[in-house]
Amino acid sequence: MIHFVLLVSRQGKVRLTKWYSPYAQKERSKVIRELSGVILNRGPKLCNFVEWRGYKVVYKRYASLYFCMCIDQEDNELEVLEIIHHYVEILDRYFGSVCELDLIFNFHKAYYILDELLIAGELQESSKKTVARIISAQDQLVEAAKEEASSISNIIAQATK
Amino acid sequence: MNPFSSGTRLSDMIRAIRASKTAAEERAVVRKECAAIRASINENDQDYRHRDLAKLMFIHMLGYPTHFGQMECLKLIASPGFPEKRIGYLGLMLLLDERQEVLMLVTNSLKQDMNHTNQYIVGLALCALGNICSAEMARDLAPEVERLLQFRDPNIRKKAALCAIRIIRKVPDLSENFINPGAALLKEKHHGVLITGVHLCTEICSVSSEALEYFRKKCTEGLVRTLRDIANSPYSPEYDVAGITDPFLHIRLLKLLRVLGQGDAEASDCMNDILAQVASKTESNKNAGNAILYECVQTIMSIEENGGLRVLAINILGKFLSNRDNNIRYVALNMLMRALTVDSQAVQRHRATILECVKDSDASIQKRALELIYLLVNENNVKPLAKDLIEYLEVSDEDFKGDLTAKICSIVEKFAPEKIWYIDQMLKVLSEAGTYVKEDVWHALIVVITNAPDLHGYAVRALYRALHTSSEQETLVRVAIWCIGEYADLLVNNAGMLEVEDPITVTESDAVDIVEIAIKHHTSDVTTKAMALIALLKISSRFPSCSERVKSIIGQNKGSFVLELQQRSLEFSSVIQKHQNIRSSLVERMPVLDEATFSGRRAGSLPASVPTSGKSSLGIPNGVAKAAAAPLVDLLDLSSDDTPAPTSSSNNFLQDLLGVDLTQPSAQPGTMQPSQAGADILLDLLSIGTPAPVQNGSTNGDLLSMQDNNTPLASLDTISSTSPTAPSSMMDLLDGFGPTPPKIEDKGPAYPSIVAFESSSLKIEFNLAKQPETPQTTDIEAKFTNLTPNVYTDFLFQAAVPKFLQLHLDPASSNSLPANGSIKQTMRVTNSQQGKKPIVMRMRVGYKINGKDVLEEGQINNFPRGL
Repeated sequence: MIHFVLLVSRQGKVRLTKWYSPYAQKERSKVIRELSGVILNRGPKLCNFVEWRGYKVVYKRYASLYFCMCIDQEDNELEVLEIIHHYVEILDRYFGSVCELDLIFNFHKAYYILDELLIAGELQESSKKTVARIISAQDQLVEAAKEEASSISNIIAQATK
Repeated sequence: MNPFSSGTRLSDMIRAIRASKTAAEERAVVRKECAAIRASINENDQDYRHRDLAKLMFIHMLGYPTHFGQMECLKLIASPGFPEKRIGYLGLMLLLDERQEVLMLVTNSLKQDMNHTNQYIVGLALCALGNICSAEMARDLAPEVERLLQFRDPNIRKKAALCAIRIIRKVPDLSENFINPGAALLKEKHHGVLITGVHLCTEICSVSSEALEYFRKKCTEGLVRTLRDIANSPYSPEYDVAGITDPFLHIRLLKLLRVLGQGDAEASDCMNDILAQVASKTESNKNAGNAILYECVQTIMSIEENGGLRVLAINILGKFLSNRDNNIRYVALNMLMRALTVDSQAVQRHRATILECVKDSDASIQKRALELIYLLVNENNVKPLAKDLIEYLEVSDEDFKGDLTAKICSIVEKFAPEKIWYIDQMLKVLSEAGTYVKEDVWHALIVVITNAPDLHGYAVRALYRALHTSSEQETLVRVAIWCIGEYADLLVNNAGMLEVEDPITVTESDAVDIVEIAIKHHTSDVTTKAMALIALLKISSRFPSCSERVKSIIGQNKGSFVLELQQRSLEFSSVIQKHQNIRSSLVERMPVLDEATFSGRRAGSLPASVPTSGKSSLGIPNGVAKAAAAPLVDLLDLSSDDTPAPTSSSNNFLQDLLGVDLTQPSAQPGTMQPSQAGADILLDLLSIGTPAPVQNGSTNGDLLSMQDNNTPLASLDTISSTSPTAPSSMMDLLDGFGPTPPKIEDKGPAYPSIVAFESSSLKIEFNLAKQPETPQTTDIEAKFTNLTPNVYTDFLFQAAVPKFLQLHLDPASSNSLPANGSIKQTMRVTNSQQGKKPIVMRMRVGYKINGKDVLEEGQINNFPRGL
């Protein structure tokens, strides 16, 4: 099971956190500090796994961002690497060659996509296409609601003129 | 409309935060935003609620407190529109976790949304439930999830399946409800549903053996078929990863097959063919393929024996191990560790490669490999392996040295074929990484040396040589000066020379020199210096010619600020000066330390978890304390001739502990001693007006560690951290004593009464009883007996206990004690560390005889064990 997902920039800034196991607020910031210290300092040629507090943290660097997932000892590390890649590919497709700035300004979108990929710390969908389809359907729902709202406010504005 | 909240958009806020040049500036921006959001919340502003929440989430990610936004999430979730719900649920998952009580308020909204006509809203609710569901919510919402497992849209079914996993993890009893729907999901075609369904079944199997049996019978064949189909499926772009169709599904299926095949020959047989196919046909040049192979190997290793498959699996691991990719090597080491129990021969074949991995530059790989090597060592290969590891010790990373040293020491101790080899290896480790050697390890080395009479000379000469080259390794210095003190004569006259040795010439003054260097070296700590003082005293007796010089070196420490050293220095000086006639018998060679006793103690004291200082009270430093103690005994009682050398080792330890209290001249040999030692610990514990524990005249590591802690609270900490051993050392003491007081030996459930205190005028007896329903609590009925013909008035009994105990005192039956009569008082002691720590109590009794105040005090530590 994936206990949490972390996205940390090379400068140690947190870009996304998702906790599937209960960690108190204080504990969360401690975990982030501890792990980013360990992971950011690892050399480029080393393996992508760090043993930490009886768990394993699988991380992978994409450009300036480190994607980290914490898993149990007996989980398949190579598969988790594949899940990370899967997520990155979906993000890439959604944003069109994704960069760190996309994830900063549209952090909620990154969360929505992650929620279509993982629930309860387990993989939900192996098809990138399906994820993209579900996300765009939901985005359309939001757009439609926005248009409706603006048209209503237009009507109100005109009526009160 | 609120003029503040309408001000900035989300992206503007993010820009402002990013533009901040200092942390203070960032805090200011966040503070301003938070104030605006709060204001907007107070106004109950609907239009900007979702924007506010989005901002809060960003602020939350930066690590600022955002609890005031929690209720906003609930409001958004309760609103009718999809966009509001979407951001509301996201906020819920981000800002809250399952332990917050606010979460209870959301259960109803979740239930409604799970029945919503819009399937995307149902999806949102399921996602939130899956990520933050608590046990209570699991119970409330399990029926909804069960229903949604049959929902028409597959995307809802897969979410429901993952929710079911979370529910089962929280409340395993609910797994029954999901067996049938879970089995139905295994027949699905949609990959997402199949992946989650397979996983749900795996999860159910792990909590219910009945379900496991059911799935094994009904589903094994179907799953094998599904795996075959997917493994043989032609290229499908939607699920393709590096030329493999859906590796995720592969892995989930292999996992479930592993669970089904474990311990069942029939099911295992059923999956043999497909496992062989996956293991041999999967491409291993990409990570996805390797992930499948890795999973497949795990499955092969776990299911029932099939020789051919096992060979295949071990070969895959061999290939992994020689891969250039660190990730692959890492998982191979991981897997070999598990394979060890199945086929240790096959793993041994890769020993050389694994040894190379210990020397890898990657800490994760090093750690794995070292653990694996540690398991691979046996009597046959210990010599070359230890040699290699010790050689590597010289060049390894500082961070890694601690681990490596501990493992080497453990290997060498466990598998040493002969003592001389053991001593040699330990010497190498000590010279290379002495600072990392734990106390019990070098204590063990000394025990071994004393037990090998023919190697005494060899050991002391080798240590002497090593000391010249690596004098900065503290533990090496300690072992060396201990041995030089004991065997100085063998060092000088080259006695017991072995053939393998190079002869060295050491003069008597050389021996003094090297100890003097140790005592003066700035890095030497108090223990080392104290040991060096003893060594010098012993040398002065062995080499009378050096006596004057030794005297002056010892004398230099008379002014030491460390009480321990000062005291030793003074005492030893007076031994050298005034008591030449008894010196030689005082500093006789230590009797052989009993190996069995030592290893027994070591095993009992949990080497891994107990802080190292905890063991020193048992181990060899006591030998030092004893040496110090012996002269003192004589100093106090010069009329007696040589004290007979202690014969049994347990007696030694007794004497060692006596050393703790020898500063009190009134100390009488006899039964009082053990309780005195215990009392000291108790005194420290309660710190009732006693001098700081430093004052004890002993070299124990514990005491040394206490020297830093002058506050009573700190010393309490130290004691409680070492306490697992403290009681046992007391017990050992009593064991060694021959006729032990029977009350301590008695461990029966009916506790006999104990005499808690007895003086010439007063006797206190305790009757002990336990209520079966409260095992931690002991009822004590105290009986106070007046042993004199006088009447005691204003009688008052007071008691104090350490923190782990709770004491409740009832009033006494009377406050006056008639002549030769008695009164009673009951009390109740609750031991929160029952079984780990014994009950101890400090008591004070005050009364008046003919109007004159009398005060008596004492410690009670003869409570039966296990109270």
